Amino acid sequence: MPPAATATAGDVDTLFHFILGISAAFFLLIVGLMVLFVFRYHRGRAARPAPSSSHNTALELTWTIIPLILVVVIFGWGVRVFLDINTVPADAYEVQVTGQKWKWFFTYPNGHVDENLHVPVHRPVRLVMTSEDVIHSFFVPAFRIKRDVLPGRYTKLWFEATRSGEFQVFCAEYCGAGHSDMLAQVIVHEPGGFEKWLEQEANVLAKLPPAEAGARLYKMRGCAQCHSVDGKAGIGPTFLGLVGEPVPLQTGGPVSADENYIRESILEPQAKLVAGFQPVMPTYKGRLKDQEITAIISYLKTLQKAH
Amino acid sequence: MTDAITTPAPAASGNALAGANYLNQERGLRSWLFTLDHKRIGMMYLVSILTSFLLGGIFALLVRTELLTPTKTIMDAKTYNQMFTLHGAVMIFLFIIPGIPAALGNFVLPLMLGARDVAFPRLNLASYYCWVGGAVLALVSMILGSVDTGWTFYTPYSTTTDTAVISMVLGVFVLGFSSILTGLNFIVTIHKLRPEGMGWFGMPLFVWSLYGTAIIQVLATPVLGITLLLLALEKAVGIGIFDPALGGDPVLFQHFFWFYSHPAVYIMILPAMGIISETVSTFSRKHIFGYRFIAYSSIAIAVISFLVWGHHMFVSGQSNLLGVIFSFLTFMVAIPSAIKVFNWTATMYKGSIWLAAPMIYTLSFLFLFGIGGLTGLFLGSLATDVHLHDTYFVVAHFHYVMFGGTVIAFLAGLHYWWPKMLGRMYNQRWANIAAGLVFVGFNTTFFVQFVMGAKGMPRRYYNYLPEFMPYHVASTIGSYILAVGFFIAAGVLLHSLFRGKPAPANPWGSATLEWQTTSPPPTENFAVTPEVGDPYDVERFQYDASIDGYVVTRGPLAAAAR
Amino acid sequence: MGTPAEHLHDPHLQHHFSDRRQQLEAFKLGMWIFLGTEVLLFSGLFCAYAVYRASHPEVFIYAHRFLDKTMGGVNTLVLIFSSFTMAWAVRAAQIGAQRALRRLLGITLACGFVFLGIKGVEYQHKWKEGLLWGTRYVPQEHAAPAQTDHEAAAELGAPAAPVVPRNVHLFFGIYFVMTGLHGLHVIAGMAVLAWLLLRARRGDFGASYFTPVDLGGLYWHLVDLIWIYLFPLLYLIH
Repeated sequence: MPPAATATAGDVDTLFHFILGISAAFFLLIVGLMVLFVFRYHRGRAARPAPSSSHNTALELTWTIIPLILVVVIFGWGVRVFLDINTVPADAYEVQVTGQKWKWFFTYPNGHVDENLHVPVHRPVRLVMTSEDVIHSFFVPAFRIKRDVLPGRYTKLWFEATRSGEFQVFCAEYCGAGHSDMLAQVIVHEPGGFEKWLEQEANVLAKLPPAEAGARLYKMRGCAQCHSVDGKAGIGPTFLGLVGEPVPLQTGGPVSADENYIRESILEPQAKLVAGFQPVMPTYKGRLKDQEITAIISYLKTLQKAH
Repeated sequence: MTDAITTPAPAASGNALAGANYLNQERGLRSWLFTLDHKRIGMMYLVSILTSFLLGGIFALLVRTELLTPTKTIMDAKTYNQMFTLHGAVMIFLFIIPGIPAALGNFVLPLMLGARDVAFPRLNLASYYCWVGGAVLALVSMILGSVDTGWTFYTPYSTTTDTAVISMVLGVFVLGFSSILTGLNFIVTIHKLRPEGMGWFGMPLFVWSLYGTAIIQVLATPVLGITLLLLALEKAVGIGIFDPALGGDPVLFQHFFWFYSHPAVYIMILPAMGIISETVSTFSRKHIFGYRFIAYSSIAIAVISFLVWGHHMFVSGQSNLLGVIFSFLTFMVAIPSAIKVFNWTATMYKGSIWLAAPMIYTLSFLFLFGIGGLTGLFLGSLATDVHLHDTYFVVAHFHYVMFGGTVIAFLAGLHYWWPKMLGRMYNQRWANIAAGLVFVGFNTTFFVQFVMGAKGMPRRYYNYLPEFMPYHVASTIGSYILAVGFFIAAGVLLHSLFRGKPAPANPWGSATLEWQTTSPPPTENFAVTPEVGDPYDVERFQYDASIDGYVVTRGPLAAAAR
Repeated sequence: MGTPAEHLHDPHLQHHFSDRRQQLEAFKLGMWIFLGTEVLLFSGLFCAYAVYRASHPEVFIYAHRFLDKTMGGVNTLVLIFSSFTMAWAVRAAQIGAQRALRRLLGITLACGFVFLGIKGVEYQHKWKEGLLWGTRYVPQEHAAPAQTDHEAAAELGAPAAPVVPRNVHLFFGIYFVMTGLHGLHVIAGMAVLAWLLLRARRGDFGASYFTPVDLGGLYWHLVDLIWIYLFPLLYLIH
């Protein structure tokens, strides 16, 4: 197991090792007896065994009741730790999580949207999660937490990190071609570090030139999962050399890929669908500010084909 | 149907290869395609499911080969997703669900009951053609672009992906009929065609296991049927029942799906357990220990299996209360299986053990199913399941029970009944070597997956983090060893068809009724009405070196032989 | 095993059964198990109904009024009547009353046609009014519930203009799948009846052998029973 990084993770590990101990004990018992019997009672074909009884109620009841007691113990213990994992404390810091094929977005209380989950150490954090499309699942092995992320509904998860560091996030519900690339990090900050980071990140657009800000948004907001910048078509058309060129549409066209076209395609992706591509892009209406769209367009303009 | 008067007498050992048996009493393709003989139907099923196993195995090897490196190895992500989906769908629906009941049960059940055939022979043939129809539809799906949803078809991914989901789902729907008809046939056969003198507690445990399996087949499969129908309709005409954008509930699909698919895994394991009861007793030359507990446990498992489906959904967003209830019931269903393992081990105590191939596979089963079952405890416990759900730990667990359990038991049964079905013995040494390779290859492939999963490696991943590479490489090497083992096992059995020694009626000294007829049996199963007794009274049988088989030494048949 | 003589003389005794009684019991048990599987097939749909009705009662209360209670009621009576004639037909077969058997099978079959006809009219009406499932739910302007709003309002004691709930199509999706699947089973039942009628005309059935009529009757009763549950659940919601 990866080293536990929350208190409840430690509890899960203790239970895990308890079950492991019991399993190993029973396994060694059965296999040990099996091997012992094979060696002791291995005979030729003509040999006849000594008579022995074919049932023993007391024995059978014993090996029914003892396992029964053990599994009830495991069950009860599992319930207790499970309820800890699922009972969100009232004073938790809340972050919205959105899953989308194939990227995680974390929206902080101040409106900033990031591709990673930054949290302060020693502070309960509550995640309110939903999906833009299919079922995903938010999984942090180091915290021993996991919860499905559903479209049209909110699911919740909480944790309290007990040490700082970076911890892997996986998507744990199969969601298509990019399922194994739907990664993120939980970055646990030392005291004071989290607030500083949040303030810095929230103003990134104000600090960077538009094209640079646009490049960051391209990576962080999921565009990169489907649109390449190297000329190769993916789930969506490549952005290399896109701006200003005529674009063939499914309904005829061609149309010039100018600023208005790009903006419309971000907010209403199916309005002017490029020929040869599936209508699968989710809308970013309400998820990208006007300023951010402008930054993205500035970035796209820098992606000229080499002549 | 050949007249009994002109049937040549079988050899003194009870071998009927030279005489008339169900394989040669009628000839020609039509006599097979339109047969009503349960033995021929069983053989057709056997060939069909073994072919499916080969296909599913090829998909598995492709999956494992792709996973040799953390990124692309031999295929792109979309193809990989189709490979693991097809591996699961083919293995589950085309191989393992029909599996033991259809291929071995069809052949053996009426013989074990001293009966002439199953209750409804025409329905039996119909069930086989349903299998064929379902398989054809599955093939059509593979040609039309295949499926990339995982064998579980979760919505909304399955209703929005552009792959050939509908044809695959319809194929599975048709396969469901095959399963239902087999189950229905077996229930009526067991209720109505038992011989005089065989009450319920005089039946072999394989029959008990087929009965429990049949109950599940008949009650659970229709629910899968309606679930898949709803899925197909959703995809084809947009009913909206699972679509959140239209107010539908995608988690409802999971409840419906697992309501069948959990009991389905007991369709897979119960017959396997039945086989082990037969082989462990026969090859320890001892009465099975704890007959009644084992019989009751088959029924208990069948019943409780319907109440635990929610343990696949502990992190799905279902309520805590539901999770608690399902976790408790899941632990309850573990107990009957544990009892069986103890009983089988106790059967070996003070026995006279012969390490023929069926016994090697039986010991393998005890080892592998032991691990599989115990790792279920980690998954049944709510807190640990949160971490382990959808990781390789789960993949390892179900392969240990389905493969290390059912497939190994299937191989035990195949090697056990091979002489009866085809009249030939096979090379013991090479069969055991194959069994050993399968055992080693299996553990190499799958044990590391427990470790990977506990470390957080999710399942259905095309790319993975480099830190997991050593585990994946080991696992893939194991899969190649497994493949070699299987090819050797197949070679041994095929070779026996041409060069195997003719088998006596009772090569292993078992007391169940199928061994009281010739190897292979005549079409009408028994030329002489079999003598019904305790199916585990193996002490009645003594080894006779002149026929390299066993003869009965007590009772009316023994008296008649003298 | 039955004596070879028994097998030789009785054309209705299959080879692997030892006597007629065992065979009959086996067939009956098999039929009941099959009916059980049918019940489970529909139970999935009843479960979906229950789940959605519990979570969206307003959808069901609003949408069910678009169903024609009269037509549904007539269909219910038709099927109940046909079950009666079917049971009578089994009795006729049992006592060897050939003409009565043929007549009663014919009437039962005719009832099936009436049922399907009325269902066809209902479906056609929904199609015209755009009252379909999922994204095809496009209610036409003039689509009026079979009851007027006033009557419904008076029933509910609510103000005259009810609010139209969201996702009304969920009801129609469930309605069409449930009645559609049931309709398919009615057609299958009618095929069975037609085959029985054909065999009855050939004089196949009598006091010594009427199992197919018996089993066919069981199937028809199930088809009727399922409708008896469907009708109030879909048409008579309060």
